Amino acid sequence: MESNIASLEARRLELWYGRFQALRDISMVIPRNRITAIIGPSGCGKSSLLRCFNRMNDLIPGAIVKGEVLFNGRNIYAAGVDPTEVRYRIGMVFQKPNPFPKSIFENVAFGLKVNGITDNLEEAVEQALHRAALWDEVKDRLLKSAMELSGGQQQRLCIARALALKPEVILMDEPCSALDPVATLKVEDLMRNLAEEYAIIIVTHNMQQAARVSDMAAFMMMQEDRAGALVEYGPTSQLFTNPKDKRTEDYITGRFG
Amino acid sequence: MKNSAVFQQNLKVRHIKERVHRTLMSLATLTGIIVLTLLLIDVLKDGAGWLDWQFITSYPSRKPAEAGLLSALFGTLWIMVLTALFSLPIGIGTAIYLEEYAPDNRLQRLIQTNINNLAGVPSIVYGLLGLSLFVQALAMGRSILAGALTLTLMSLPVIIIAAQEAIRSVPEGHRLGAFALGATRWQVVRNIVLPQALPGILTGTILAMSRAIGEAAPMIAISALVYLTFIPISPLDRFTVLPIQIFNWVSRPQEDFQHLAAAGIIVLLIVLLSMNAIAIILRNRYQKRTEE
Repeated sequence: MESNIASLEARRLELWYGRFQALRDISMVIPRNRITAIIGPSGCGKSSLLRCFNRMNDLIPGAIVKGEVLFNGRNIYAAGVDPTEVRYRIGMVFQKPNPFPKSIFENVAFGLKVNGITDNLEEAVEQALHRAALWDEVKDRLLKSAMELSGGQQQRLCIARALALKPEVILMDEPCSALDPVATLKVEDLMRNLAEEYAIIIVTHNMQQAARVSDMAAFMMMQEDRAGALVEYGPTSQLFTNPKDKRTEDYITGRFG
Repeated sequence: MKNSAVFQQNLKVRHIKERVHRTLMSLATLTGIIVLTLLLIDVLKDGAGWLDWQFITSYPSRKPAEAGLLSALFGTLWIMVLTALFSLPIGIGTAIYLEEYAPDNRLQRLIQTNINNLAGVPSIVYGLLGLSLFVQALAMGRSILAGALTLTLMSLPVIIIAAQEAIRSVPEGHRLGAFALGATRWQVVRNIVLPQALPGILTGTILAMSRAIGEAAPMIAISALVYLTFIPISPLDRFTVLPIQIFNWVSRPQEDFQHLAAAGIIVLLIVLLSMNAIAIILRNRYQKRTEE
């Protein structure tokens, strides 16, 4: 395993929405084959940071990113880098399951089709559904609408949709916050399996979830001017049992947040 | 007084108010339906006897028994098809640009305000615009083309606004989901936004169109008020349309022409209702297809 090789690395990353600074001076190395959790109180910039990793912030008018995000050593914000390619190689799963109102098959095939990868489409779709642990539940109704699936199945479909492109990193923005506990456990199991092949970054509100699934954990907080900053980042076990920063300790012991 | 006593006393008043308002609102709803029904009955009584194959297949005539609306019916069909052909792509294109591409700046807001205002401009003004722009300046004459372009201008604001509403109702999560899979903006528009927005766009468009073909005022300005005894075969031919033919008959003193006008209204209503039916069928079919 090449677990210590960096997959993504933020260097002095800043994010501005117009004149408002949303993120300040974030530097962190995201390892491969590990699950990295980003935790912190509401509004601290966790999701904003996540969206910096696949240039989704580009879609927000007025958003400006300063600093660097290295992906396999290359700055994804360098001139000449196409955000479409970044998003093709770095997958994302959203807070609310957002399957397209198309068939289950078309949902998984969507990313492949728009990127022009149409050889062995059926095989690729089946493989992605297998990996997302959804195949057995949907194999008989691939042409049925994805909207008929349960919330948990929809979220795994969205994971399958991302996996179909064989990304190197998967970003997950509170992927379980709209799911019931059983569906949540299924997604967490799935994440553990996926971490054998991918780097996963998960934003979560749920500290138990961060403790359960992640290998690395980052704690973020808002500063006085409401800009989000990284307080502490390290192995999950260390962050949760022996935090270095007083604020991390206060947060994980439930004194605020 | 105790809270519970106050509550009991108020409760009665509240229930009375509830009944009063419900009655008032159901009466309001009935007004429209009753008036429309009376109108239909009146028109059917006057015109149904005159509505026959001869009426559909004849040209206008001074003799009521021989008169028909063939040329007006074809004029309306021509105008309808051409107006749809012109206004759909321009309307949808504008709506997509404004909703999906245009930066949120002062220019965009100015354009938006303009479109909203244009939707409220009286149709006769469009008629005069069409007269000076298409008929005279662009030398199209009093042709079908000039008429269709005039109605296109008139329908566009309504179509654009309806299409914008439909595009806006597509959940943002679907767009983001597609972007996150490496789709370009056009692919997002083509594969995610348009399929979901199309039923709404079609409904809005057909409603705008059916309003347009029922309009007499702008067509009078273009001067489609003519006695035509041929079926127009080219977009540059002169033409007349159903509302004008009806208007023409209504303005005659003889009673038989009043019956002809009523029969013409029935034909116009049938055309309008079929258009709305097409809108509903298209919408249902498309909705089913995107859901499957």
